[in-house]
Amino acid sequence: MEIFTRVCGTAVPHLVPNITTDSLAPGHWNRDHPNDPGGGLFWNQRHDKDGNLLPDFPLNMPRYKDARILIAGANFGCGSSRETAIWAVLGVGIRCVIAPSFSEIYPESAFQNGLLCVVLPADEVTALAARIEAMDQPSLCIDLRSKTVEDGETVVATFEIAEDRRTAMLEGLDQTMILRRKEDAIAAFQAADAQRRPWIYELPSD
Amino acid sequence: MPSHPKSLFEKIWSSHVIEDLGDGRSVIHIDRHVIQESSCRISFDGLRELNLPVRNRDLTFGVIDHSVATMPGRTADSFPPTRYRIVAMQENCRDFGIRLFDLDDPRQGIEHVVAPELGITLPGCTLVCSDSHTPTNGGLGAWSWGVGTTEARHVLANQCMTVSKPKTMRVTFSGALQPHVYAKDLILHLIGSHGMTTGVGYTVEYAGPVIRSLPIEARMTICNMSIEFGARSGMCAVDDTTIEYVAGRPYAPKGSQWDQAVASWQDLSSDDDAVFDAELSVDCSKVAPQVTWGTSPHDAMGIDGHVPDPATFGDSDKRAGVARALSYLDLKPGQPLEGIPVDYAFIGSCTNARLSDLEAAAAVVRGRKVASGVRALIVPGSTMVKRAAEAAGLDKIFVDAGFEWRESGCSMCVGSNGDSVPPGKRCVSTSNRNYENRQGRGARTHLASPAMVAAAAVTGHLTDVRKLGGGVV
Repeated sequence: MEIFTRVCGTAVPHLVPNITTDSLAPGHWNRDHPNDPGGGLFWNQRHDKDGNLLPDFPLNMPRYKDARILIAGANFGCGSSRETAIWAVLGVGIRCVIAPSFSEIYPESAFQNGLLCVVLPADEVTALAARIEAMDQPSLCIDLRSKTVEDGETVVATFEIAEDRRTAMLEGLDQTMILRRKEDAIAAFQAADAQRRPWIYELPSD
Repeated sequence: MPSHPKSLFEKIWSSHVIEDLGDGRSVIHIDRHVIQESSCRISFDGLRELNLPVRNRDLTFGVIDHSVATMPGRTADSFPPTRYRIVAMQENCRDFGIRLFDLDDPRQGIEHVVAPELGITLPGCTLVCSDSHTPTNGGLGAWSWGVGTTEARHVLANQCMTVSKPKTMRVTFSGALQPHVYAKDLILHLIGSHGMTTGVGYTVEYAGPVIRSLPIEARMTICNMSIEFGARSGMCAVDDTTIEYVAGRPYAPKGSQWDQAVASWQDLSSDDDAVFDAELSVDCSKVAPQVTWGTSPHDAMGIDGHVPDPATFGDSDKRAGVARALSYLDLKPGQPLEGIPVDYAFIGSCTNARLSDLEAAAAVVRGRKVASGVRALIVPGSTMVKRAAEAAGLDKIFVDAGFEWRESGCSMCVGSNGDSVPPGKRCVSTSNRNYENRQGRGARTHLASPAMVAAAAVTGHLTDVRKLGGGVV
């Protein structure tokens, strides 16, 4: 997992609610470009039917070029559990998504990859988007150490995150290895459970 | 001393906690892990980087479904763009010692069809798969949910994962079902009535007399679309129907272990006084056969309805969303749903491709022909379903009518295997997602039950199957 401490850069507002992982990472793109997830981000929304870039789509606008922060609508990342929808966002350089709410699966997988999902009240998200749209240089900073969203010297929002997750992101700790340290507890659970529910562990042979 | 009354979910949760992290999250043991070729290639790459084995190979089952071609006689080479995924799956399962139901295996099929029919899914077990429709397995009283590729790697390495304890919701279905109304209609009606985010943060128990009366395959259809309701998991209590379904399946317990398992499964229902964080109810007598009119699963209504007018929505986001959906689908406000012409009819997917689904479709199709200009496909949920349908003569009914009778896979639900709907074409589909571009770029999707899709296939337009007549199953 890539470490996340403080990320500063262009912030792009795209307040459409219920953005699906299908639109973040279309199946055809995932299939045909397994090494370029970023190239597929919003592919169907970014292009017209002939494959030309649509100038009005926020991520296509010069002022939002090289965005690092995405301000999104409610229920972001709903639908399919495809993790390509995380890698697509990271693939274009975005490290943080701010939204009023997320689907359940998306932020779990985002965390595993060092993509920070920040939940803020809907009115704060709307205000943040308006603030960005009013800026000549649409830029924010996200500081995970202080759990703040900053515009220059001004703290414009604060957010919450589980403390162990914050530590894991600050230090880049991989959850596979964290769970692996619990091996004694896992083995003890299975030994006791196999007495109670042997059929879970003793499968008929093929 | 009577203990604190528990919901079905709380019983399963508490029996799988390895470590309570103290903040609503726990490390949960995973009893069954099903992996598929489109999402787990990177999970194995991660294991290799960390130099780790699969911790419990016997509890892990591999399938090939998302990417595989479905034309008769298909092989891994039939659709070259996905060959790399299939080959990687075969190599990874071989290298890590995991059993794989490969393309030529009679047990091949869609993960959420295969796991229950082989007895891999058991009442009261935890089951994960890197696919959001994993709640399907909840029809057997299992707690099952979709995970990402990296979470799947944690499970491969440790046979457990960290989970936030969800809130509990119970949806009680009562009232008599009208003829030609199926499980698919009930879940579409629920999502259409309450929206696609109502289930977020909850595990949903589908309960009530109607659920009790439904066969397991129908319960699985309802649980399958929990994710379209917003919920990561959904389940039904265990009863005699459940135990009869599991008995004798290849990976189900045998002999004295079977007796022991059945005894323990008797407790897998919510206690009478169990308290849920939310309760909803559905009067099934008022549910008509459903069809979607928009590009979200909550855009569902009875086939006797009309396309809504964006102007009638108070919320500006909703107004814009509905207008966009109607433009994408080329529909007009006020247009009757009945009579909308279709180009494609797809019967398949983990939602509706089990034997009972094919029986319901065949009852409508029998003695009729696919309408001129409609391409109609049947993609059985598994090779076992296909063989069973052929043994019952269903394939002949479909082929005589002009349907394509194909091999098993996810096919046109996800559109990654070469089966897709061309731009601007309209497909009536038994699958679970009607998003823009889901079934192909520019494809227009209407979700419905197998009986409703069969009815549209033979008339050439969205049709109220109740008026068409034909067998009721």
